Amino acid sequence: MSKAKALPAKFSAALLVRTVVAWLVTLVLFFPLGWLILTAFKTELQAIEVPPLFIWTPTLENFHEVQERSDYLLYAKNSLVTSVVSTLLGLAIAAPAAYSMAFFRTKRTRDILLWMLSTKMMPAVGALVPIYVLAQKAELLDTQLALIIVFTLSNLPIMVWMLYSHFKDIPHEILEAARMDGATLWQEFYRVLLPLAVGGLASCGLLCLVLSWNEAFWSLNLSAAKAGTLAALIASYSSPEGLFWAKLSAASFMAIGPIVVFGWFSQKQLVQGLTFGAVK
Amino acid sequence: MTFLQLNHIEKNFGPVKVIKGIDLVIEKGEFVVFVGPSGCGKSTLLRLIAGLEAVDGGNIHLDGQDITALPSSKRDLAMVFQSYALYPHMSVYDNMSFALTLAKVDKAEIDEKVKHAAKILNLEPYLDRQPKDLSGGQRQRVAIGRAIVRAPKVFLFDEPLSNLDAALRGQTRVEIAKLHRDLGATTVYVTHDQVEAMTLADRVVVLRDGKIEQVGTPLELYDKPANQFVAQFIGTPQMNVLAASAVPQLAGAFAVPVPVGGFVGLRPESIVLKDKSGGQLRGKVELVEALGAETLIYVMSEQGAQLVARQNARTPVKVGDTVGVEIDTATAHLFDAQGRVAYTGAIAGLSAGSPGA
Repeated sequence: MSKAKALPAKFSAALLVRTVVAWLVTLVLFFPLGWLILTAFKTELQAIEVPPLFIWTPTLENFHEVQERSDYLLYAKNSLVTSVVSTLLGLAIAAPAAYSMAFFRTKRTRDILLWMLSTKMMPAVGALVPIYVLAQKAELLDTQLALIIVFTLSNLPIMVWMLYSHFKDIPHEILEAARMDGATLWQEFYRVLLPLAVGGLASCGLLCLVLSWNEAFWSLNLSAAKAGTLAALIASYSSPEGLFWAKLSAASFMAIGPIVVFGWFSQKQLVQGLTFGAVK
Repeated sequence: MTFLQLNHIEKNFGPVKVIKGIDLVIEKGEFVVFVGPSGCGKSTLLRLIAGLEAVDGGNIHLDGQDITALPSSKRDLAMVFQSYALYPHMSVYDNMSFALTLAKVDKAEIDEKVKHAAKILNLEPYLDRQPKDLSGGQRQRVAIGRAIVRAPKVFLFDEPLSNLDAALRGQTRVEIAKLHRDLGATTVYVTHDQVEAMTLADRVVVLRDGKIEQVGTPLELYDKPANQFVAQFIGTPQMNVLAASAVPQLAGAFAVPVPVGGFVGLRPESIVLKDKSGGQLRGKVELVEALGAETLIYVMSEQGAQLVARQNARTPVKVGDTVGVEIDTATAHLFDAQGRVAYTGAIAGLSAGSPGA
């Protein structure tokens, strides 16, 4: 009996420590983002005040200015178009590739998968010059198309991997049964595999949407005023003329807002996608 | 009438030859069982017929047509998988109607066929359920239903009972036999369980290492095995096979001389235990398995040969007893040193010279 009574006390102490640590870690992680949100509602002067202001009258001036000075909506549209189209295009290419690798394995399949992943190990800047020159020659600089192509290609290895590991868990016999039932390749894919893999496709798509939305390197280097994404918009507020903290914060806030809201609603799918294969 | 014909089928997985030239003719309406130890190629052979694997040599003819190069979807065969392989996202009804839907059969006709199959298989109350809400036995019946709805040219079964528990396995086995009798459909059935093979088959194909060891009716295989492998594979407990040198008392007792280095094969029912002064051999009882209807008695002979005797009567014999062993030499099988049959004894209970087929 005494043991049973002692246990909860011990547990609550451990629980308390864990809760405190968890809150501290969360606070540390959230602080920059929180500070960014607060700063977005200050004036430029309030933003750089020392010691920092915690009580002030919030202003929406920065948001107005960001929209007026640099057409936020244009950048938002570019971000939306490039990330959505590149994700759909990526899924359309990755799903058949993953299908063949998962269900028609050869002894080279493993090597191909590793090779695909290895392309992600090279720093993006290593490919900057050739890709820039290619885009220039093809007259694709500062176009949505260039970003869509680059985003698709850079996400493709991850998409193939994710879908491959998802497809691999679908019993082979189910597809064979469909074949025996007279299904053509397309029917087998569309009527059996896709419904079974819809969770994996969704989480893969969501992850790639987020990755494309947040992509900064290529949009900074391949686009400017016409096709620039929100990442480029944010960067434009840290300029040689000086930092405009409040406007930078407002721009960042507006840039990450949509994807944070989107991520919040799809977090279950996202987590499933990120940890897929880790736990069965 | 030749319905399904395999001509010198070969299959390699990389450098490994798994099917080494198989010729087989299956008649219309026949129930043929492929049986053999694991790794003998029986499932691969079935998958080759199904078109789920491509053959590396030879050809397959079905109903007068060469189907070797046809994809599975065009062969008009139905397969029941060991793992059931139901479509998890579809109801029982949709699972069973899937093939007909793909074939664009009229909705009313589909409905009629699915309901008819569901009735045969006692699945009527479950048509709206998802596979995950069914028991193993029910799932297997859905898998069978999915096959019969289509009325295919040939049914293929790949170890369909392996995932069921013993009681359900026996029950489903009887159902499959009944189904075959009612539908008269040509069936190829793969199993490693020789009881299933013996009870279901019109003809059994015994496979080993990618080759056919023997084809015959269940009783032919039991009574006239072509070699030592078949003799020992068919029948439980398996046939006693003793080196001729271990039973010198029996030399000269057979209709033909035992080949040099050869073996004597004795069915457990050909061995009768006597008291220690009787019989040709003497041995010590090592184990008594009383199964109720029959009793298996394991005896180690004085010369070190292990024997199993089966008798229907209850026995007072105990472990450690010394017993005499009487062997019905007329029913013995003799094998040469390579395990090929040299002599097949008369079948107990039948007059000598009865036709063997």
